[in-house]
Amino acid sequence: MNNLLILPVVIPLVMGLLMVLFRKNITLQKIVSAASITATGAVAVLLMIQNDQDGIQTLQIGGWQAPFGITYAADMFSSLLLTTTSIVALSCLLFAFKTIGEERESYYFYPVFLFLITGVNGSFLTGDLFHLFVCFEVMLISSYVLLSLGGTRKQLRESVKYVLINLISSFLFLVGVAYIYAVVGTLNLADLSVKVAEAGQGGMLTAISLVFLIVFSLKAGLLLFFWLPGSYSAPPTAIAAVFAGLLTKVGMYAIFRLFTLVFYHEPQITHLLIGVLGAVTMVLGAIGAVAYGDIKKILTYNVIIGVGFIMAGLASMSIAGMTGSVFYLIHDMIIKALIFLIGGTIISLTGTSKLEDMSGLIRTHPYLGWMFFTAALALAGIPPLSGFLGKVFITQGTFEAEYYWLGGIGLLTSLLVLYSIMKIFMNAFWGETYLSEEMEKGSTKGIMVPIALLTGLAVLLGVGAEGISSYVNLAAEGLMNPELYIKAVFGE
Amino acid sequence: METLMSILIGLFFAIGTYLILTKTLLRIILGTSIISHGVHLLILTMGGVKAGGPPLLGFEEITFTDPIPQALILTAIVINFATTALFLVLSYRAYKVIGTDNTEKMRGNEDE
Amino acid sequence: MKEPNDVILRSVTKVAVVIIFTFSINLFFSGHHLPGGGFIGGLGFAAALTLLFLSYDIETVRENISLDFKKVAVVGVLIAVGTGLGSFLFDAPFLSHTFDYFDLPIFGKTELATAVLFDVGVAMAVIGTAVTVIMTISEDR
Repeated sequence: MNNLLILPVVIPLVMGLLMVLFRKNITLQKIVSAASITATGAVAVLLMIQNDQDGIQTLQIGGWQAPFGITYAADMFSSLLLTTTSIVALSCLLFAFKTIGEERESYYFYPVFLFLITGVNGSFLTGDLFHLFVCFEVMLISSYVLLSLGGTRKQLRESVKYVLINLISSFLFLVGVAYIYAVVGTLNLADLSVKVAEAGQGGMLTAISLVFLIVFSLKAGLLLFFWLPGSYSAPPTAIAAVFAGLLTKVGMYAIFRLFTLVFYHEPQITHLLIGVLGAVTMVLGAIGAVAYGDIKKILTYNVIIGVGFIMAGLASMSIAGMTGSVFYLIHDMIIKALIFLIGGTIISLTGTSKLEDMSGLIRTHPYLGWMFFTAALALAGIPPLSGFLGKVFITQGTFEAEYYWLGGIGLLTSLLVLYSIMKIFMNAFWGETYLSEEMEKGSTKGIMVPIALLTGLAVLLGVGAEGISSYVNLAAEGLMNPELYIKAVFGE
Repeated sequence: METLMSILIGLFFAIGTYLILTKTLLRIILGTSIISHGVHLLILTMGGVKAGGPPLLGFEEITFTDPIPQALILTAIVINFATTALFLVLSYRAYKVIGTDNTEKMRGNEDE
Repeated sequence: MKEPNDVILRSVTKVAVVIIFTFSINLFFSGHHLPGGGFIGGLGFAAALTLLFLSYDIETVRENISLDFKKVAVVGVLIAVGTGLGSFLFDAPFLSHTFDYFDLPIFGKTELATAVLFDVGVAMAVIGTAVTVIMTISEDR
């Protein structure tokens, strides 16, 4: 029993509720929201240290023992993602302080933001399939509100689509839950793992696992990403960055959890399918990223490529592939939030998202330009930066599993990623400067702090990879050895 | 009983799918709502229909119906209630701002 | 707009609302061992309020019940989470509950459980949300 586990869920929830009561006091809301996300991050770091020393931490809520009650379990994978979530959320929040505008602030922007974090953290921590659904819904309902907050035409149109698609995927989730409960008779992930291993993963269970794969693919944007470019380009920058950094990652986390802990007996069906889906996603995403000449579109298609690449690591089902996936997942959360923040800043400076209408920003905004350059290199996986190790390990994993085509596509799309993101850099920052500082539509005042924070982190994650590699290895081992998780959940 | 329930669930899904595929927003919302009822019934049926007495203290039955599906449905209904309410308000707002509830006509160009 | 003539509805409402309130309180307290509890009790309460909204108009009701229902919902959830947080003080798992029997003057031997506090929170949250949703949809015309 470790009550620390519930804090990442309860802190943002309670603080968000309290902030609803103090609707008028925006300054207080800013302070409280930043403080509570920092506190969540501190708890996550504490959990990481405990994972490192004592293994997986669990909490049986209400004292109901494992298969009967709701279990919260934090292994190293969850704790790492929790920590990254807090950092990304804090950066986006700092960005939002300057850019989000008074109207959205007075309509509960900060409370809803915290509720979103509640849902994300809950999804990372829970050890129960149905509770995962509930946390997903908390996250999704908050995201509906954040997406439509402000009520411009484009936002409303995209939110209607986004809500409908997510409602349908939630129904499918429930259908999956119903089927698996009928077949196995439990919903606790650890217990599911035991029962599925005992009964053998027959055709029925594999079919159910594919239902879950469809559900989480819809949420993660794995192949079923048709909704993603529209909805991620509609909201203001700070919100889009949170979505890009966190929402798809939660879907990916769920795929990882289910297909390493429960449905890992038939890798030649499920994991191969995940690999194929990942490959197709990468190719389609790369085509989109190369073809469009609109910053928002290019960035959203880059999100999609990232999803496909991380899934390649899972498909390989080897320790190298898992290590790579965990590394790349952390990197991806940070870097996607970063490029969305910088991209949004460019758009607010020039007043357009079309690449042909901008040029020469490097003269007026050298720091922004070079940070974008760093982020671009990190995104493509150029050695000293954060994306490199993840790419190496995932490629190694796919080669070990003899999925040469998968690793090859991954490497090829890296080049296209570099091309697409350099296209932004060359067009927006290079060239003739015809936009003087007085003519700019927005300013970078005060929003450089979060961007610099994330850039610094991206560099640090690459240069200081030694520092976290032991944690990442532990996470990958935890993913490859489901019995550790089971023992921790049933241990007390 | 299970067979009847399955047919009913299939009917709900069919009607819901049909409504979701129509063009009016209000019908789409009704469609999601009907599918959600189908899903809830599915959970109930999957947990086993009429397997014993109610799982409450004070009853002398030996076998009890599994309470978990009921707890799941209760939670799912509450969540569905919230999302449907939100979807309704959202669509109403979209109707007011965009001026149509026809999804075909909502499609605008990308550069707004 | 012409005022509709709804004498019967209003007269019935006056009596019925009291009955519904009583019934929902009864439902609330029968929870835990019998069917009932915070959720259904809260819904009954909200239904009574909706009946009031229907038969009188919203402004009249709001003049007499000047509660901000959003805040009711928020306070409800806070109470519910707060009872869970209480377990931090006793070093028990989150949301643990306990109960004991007391001899109260009128009721005799009564079971008092901490789960009731949680249920109070749930009921308030349900009342708050349901009424807020109804008012949000109905306010704009």
